[in-house]
Order: sequence, then structure tokens, then C-alpha cells
Amino acid sequence: MNILLIAEHDNSALNPATLSAVSAATQIGGELTVLVAGADCQNVADEAAKVSGVSKVLLADNAAYAKGLAENLSALIAEVATGYSHIIAAASSTSKDTMPRVAALLDVGQLSEIIAVESADIFKRPIYAGNAIATVQSQDAVKVITVRTSAFDKAAAEGGCAGVETVANSRDSGTSNFVNEELVKSDRPELTAASVVISGGRGLGSAENFALLENVADKLGAAIGASRAAVDAGFVSNDLQVGQTGKIVAPELYIAVGISGAIQHLAGMKESKVIVAINKDEEAPIFQLADYGLVGDLFKVLPELEAKL
Amino acid sequence: MKLIVSVKRVIDYNIKVRVKADNTGVDLANVKMALNPFCEIAVEEAIRLKEAGVASEVVVVSIGPTAVQEQLRTALALGADRAIHVETDELPEPLNVAKLLAKVIEAEQPGLVILGKQSIDSDNNQVGQMLAALAGRPQGTFASEVKVEGGKVLVTREVDGGLRTLSLDLPAIVTTDLRLNEPRYAKLPDIMKAKRKPLDVKTPADLGVELKQHITQLKVETPAQREAGIKVDSVDALIDKLKNEAKVI
Ligand SMILES: Cc1cc2nc3c(=O)[nH]c(=O)nc-3n(C[C@H](O)[C@H](O)[C@H](O)COP(=O)(O)OP(=O)(O)OC[C@H]3O[C@@H](n4cnc5c(N)ncnc54)[C@H](O)[C@@H]3O)c2cc1C
Repeated sequence: MNILLIAEHDNSALNPATLSAVSAATQIGGELTVLVAGADCQNVADEAAKVSGVSKVLLADNAAYAKGLAENLSALIAEVATGYSHIIAAASSTSKDTMPRVAALLDVGQLSEIIAVESADIFKRPIYAGNAIATVQSQDAVKVITVRTSAFDKAAAEGGCAGVETVANSRDSGTSNFVNEELVKSDRPELTAASVVISGGRGLGSAENFALLENVADKLGAAIGASRAAVDAGFVSNDLQVGQTGKIVAPELYIAVGISGAIQHLAGMKESKVIVAINKDEEAPIFQLADYGLVGDLFKVLPELEAKL
Repeated sequence: MKLIVSVKRVIDYNIKVRVKADNTGVDLANVKMALNPFCEIAVEEAIRLKEAGVASEVVVVSIGPTAVQEQLRTALALGADRAIHVETDELPEPLNVAKLLAKVIEAEQPGLVILGKQSIDSDNNQVGQMLAALAGRPQGTFASEVKVEGGKVLVTREVDGGLRTLSLDLPAIVTTDLRLNEPRYAKLPDIMKAKRKPLDVKTPADLGVELKQHITQLKVETPAQREAGIKVDSVDALIDKLKNEAKVI
């Protein structure tokens, strides 16, 4: 087996999600090559070379890959893919955009968001918002896979000493151009990497009220999350949505505040180790899976929690 | 400009699925089926583009058994002009769907194709991207805003860190995210009218596509269920439990 793993990064640092994908790749077994495609991203390649289990790093450093455009990246990956049995990436908005395109270019199926490796061609993946787990087998010579990072431990970031080779290649489709981006800057831990997450729902009532949640998050060193209803209502930005179609988190502690517990929300957080629900409705479905439930008005509970932590 | 929207028939999103006792799949007998929510958003966006005078015709496509005609009629009631049903025994896997759609597009030559980013049953999030690759066209996935201007489409995408806007040459493929729009409901007179709108039935053979199996489902299981824990009666009790019992703070 010969695995090509696509690194997740922002051109300056390797995203830790990559380390979870490395763990999945290690479970499949065989030689592991990491492709770093970006612009001015030598640092990322150097970091990838140190990751335990990586035998080679390919660096495609070219302006065409600066913004992760799927047209350009998929053309590059499909070209580099020759000779590999698996092409694998951590599930992220970039890989979800790019990998199906790679699969189609190679005329193979894709296995989305695997949560377990059974063998080199058999994997488990959640379907129906995680209410069922499918065991699936790839019939293709090349397996294109995205990995649900919350289901795999991170490989050690240090300990490897792979060589870095350059891929001199520029695939610019010319049909897609980056215009601008609004990236949310935050000093808090990243949602999918945090060990404590506190999420707010429609019950918070307004963007201003999210400050109550932030005060508690500061005390706990927690990341902030949200339900779809809170994002739709404009209380917080879209990157905070937890759920079937948002981010998947599995922290040590997840605190759901003013969230009812719709299946689509549960899909994104039910693998958390300890779940706390704070809700004024004692019938709210979230209590059916919370380890600790507190029935109460969040406008009283949150300030008290902040004061007592 | 002609628009193509593809839609999928799925279990209603409010229903919690049950895995079949023989682990061959989930039980869909006598379960309410509906338009996949993301596809509904795709239909809505296309209709708005038509209402705004950007699009001249909206063609809606679905692939699957005869029952998918119900969802095509729903899309027609919402405002699509005509429908194409590609008839297959089962719901084919994403690459096959993309190949069928690529053939439809080749024949119809739309300016823009809009699809849902993901279907809430298989949760694959693949078809739009695969279609874009097969058609050799640019893609704007997970769209929260779509603007057609000057022969291009500006697509604002929901990405992990926030929002990112791309400018794509037409024809392009767009997949919808939740915040692109809020779909309307079909009105009764429109539901009646939809029954008379044209609906063409084609087979994969008509389109010259051979369906291949790439991924086999070996079994489907119920995930480990979480048990409800306990209720605590005060903030003090909660902090105590988290510190001393769960030891997570
Ligand atoms: C295709 C699709 C995809 C979806 N994807 C997602 C997803 O990824 N993530 C997601 O979260 N949702 C998703 N949803 C939406 C989901 O179905 C629910 O609508 C949503 O999760 C509800 O959010 P909520 O719990 O904040 O709001 P509500 O269901 O309205 O619940 C609000 C809760 O707040 C409580 N509350 C109100 N005031 C107070 C107070 N003062 N003190 C304490 N408690 C209070 C109420 O008792 C209630 O339980 C999706 C839906 C669809 C159709």
C-alpha cells in the first residue's frame, strides 16, 4: 500500500486535523507520502516532514494553489496520484470541496468522513446524521477518503524525518478566481480542537447575549459553538455551527446552552466525553443524552456559573 | 440563461431513522419522504434567479425510482418550468449520479447548475464537485450567496474559517448551504398547475451511461446509544459534579 495524504494548512502552519488523518492512514498501513500544495508554504512541508509515520513529503509551491481552489488542487492531486492506492485527507471545507473532484477525475468513488478503518478497503462511516453507521467496501483500485478527525487520535507532530521533494507543476484552470474572504479571528481555541466547548442556541436570544457565554468560556478556556438556529438568526458567524452540516466536535466537555437537541445538532457533538445541558424546558430532547442536566433560565445560570468557576 | 437544478428524494429531516433488524439498511417503509432540504434551497435559488430576470428557464432533474416524480412535482409546484426524471431501480451512488447529470447538462447546455451540498441520508457531499470535474467546469460549493453578473457568477462560500468569495466563469456548478435562502412553500393552485407541467422520463441507457458499483455497503448498524445522565438542581451541584465526578474542569 502506498498512501498519499493531502495536508490541511493555511500556507504558514500545518493544521492539526492533518495529524488525525495521519493516524487513519497509519491504521491502513504502508508507505505514507504527504502532499503540501499551497503558495509560500515551505514551512508547512518542513512541519509535515517531522510528523511521525510520514516517509516522504511532496511540496507543490505555486501561486495557483495559494487559495485552495478546487479546480487547481484536484488537477494537481489527480496528476500526482499515479501509483498510490489511497488518497486521503482530513475532512475540512477544503477537502470536502476538492476530494470528490479528484475522485471523479480518477473515475472512482469517494468514502466520505470515515470514522473507523476495518481493513485497507473496508471502512465505517456515519449516515443519516450519525443515526446509523455503515460499513462500506471500496471496489476501486484507488480509494479516495476523507477522515472525520474527531474519530481518530492525533499522530505525534514530532519524531519523523521525511525528505521533502518538490513537485514542479502549475495547474491553473483560469475559470475560478479568488475574490475575497472574511475569516473570523479569535483568540479562543479552535472549535474542533478544543477540549471544552460551550455552545449557544436560539435560547440566547441575541448576538449581545452571547457575551454571557463568552464570559463562561473565558473561565474554562473553552471554544464557542452554536446551533444552526443561532447562526441563522445572525447571533454568531457560520464557522461556529456544530452539527450534521456544520462542524463535528468531540471535546472532553460540551456544554449546550439554550439548545433543544435536534438530531442535526446532536450529530455534531454526541461523541463528546461529557455533555452538559442547560435549558429551561425540562422536556428538551438534549436532556436525553446529557450526562448532567440543569433545568433553568440561562440568563440566571450563566452569570452564576461565571461567578462560581 | 437556462438553469438546471438536481433534487433528491430523502427521508423527512424530522424523522429519526431506525436500522433494519437484518442490518441491510435503514427502514424506509411507511416513512415520510421529502425533498432533501439542501435541494429545496437549490430550487428556491433558481426560482429567485428566474424572478430576477437572470434566468429564463428552470429545469429540475431527479434520479431514482418512479417515486422521485413526487419530488419533481414539488419542485415544479415551487416554480420550476419542466422536469427530467432519470429512472433507475435504486438511488445510484454519487459518481453515477454525477455521470448521469453530466449527460443531461451536455444535452441541455445550462448556464448554471445548482445542487444541494449534501443529502441528509447518505451525507456524502460529493455529487456537485464530481459533476463539475466531469463537465470540466468551475464550482462554488457550500454557497451562502450567489450573484450572476457580467458573464460570471460570484459565489460566497461557507468555509471552516468564515466566508470566501469566488468568481467563476459560466457555465458553473453551485452547491447550496443552509443560509443561501429560506425556501417558500408551494401554494395549492401551483400544486395543481404543476401536474400539467412537462416531465420527461429517460433511462441511463438513453443517456449512454453505464452504472458501475464503486462502493458496496456491507452492513448498517445502530451507533452506541448514550444514556441520559442525571439532573442537577443548582449551579453549585453542576460545578461539583464536573470537578469531582467527571473531572473535566
Ligand atoms: C438540512 C438541515 C441541516 C441542519 N443542520 C444543522 C446543524 O448542522 N446544526 C444544528 O444545530 N442544527 C441543524 N439543523 C437545524 C435543526 O434541525 C434545529 O432547527 C436547530 O438545531 C435548532 O436550534 P436550537 O436548538 O438553538 O433552537 P430551538 O430548537 O428553538 O431550541 C431553543 C432551546 O432554547 C431553550 N431556551 C429558550 N430560552 C431559554 C432560556 N432563557 N433559558 C434556557 N433555555 C432556553 C428552549 O427551551 C429550547 O429548547 C439542520 C436542519 C436541517 C433541515
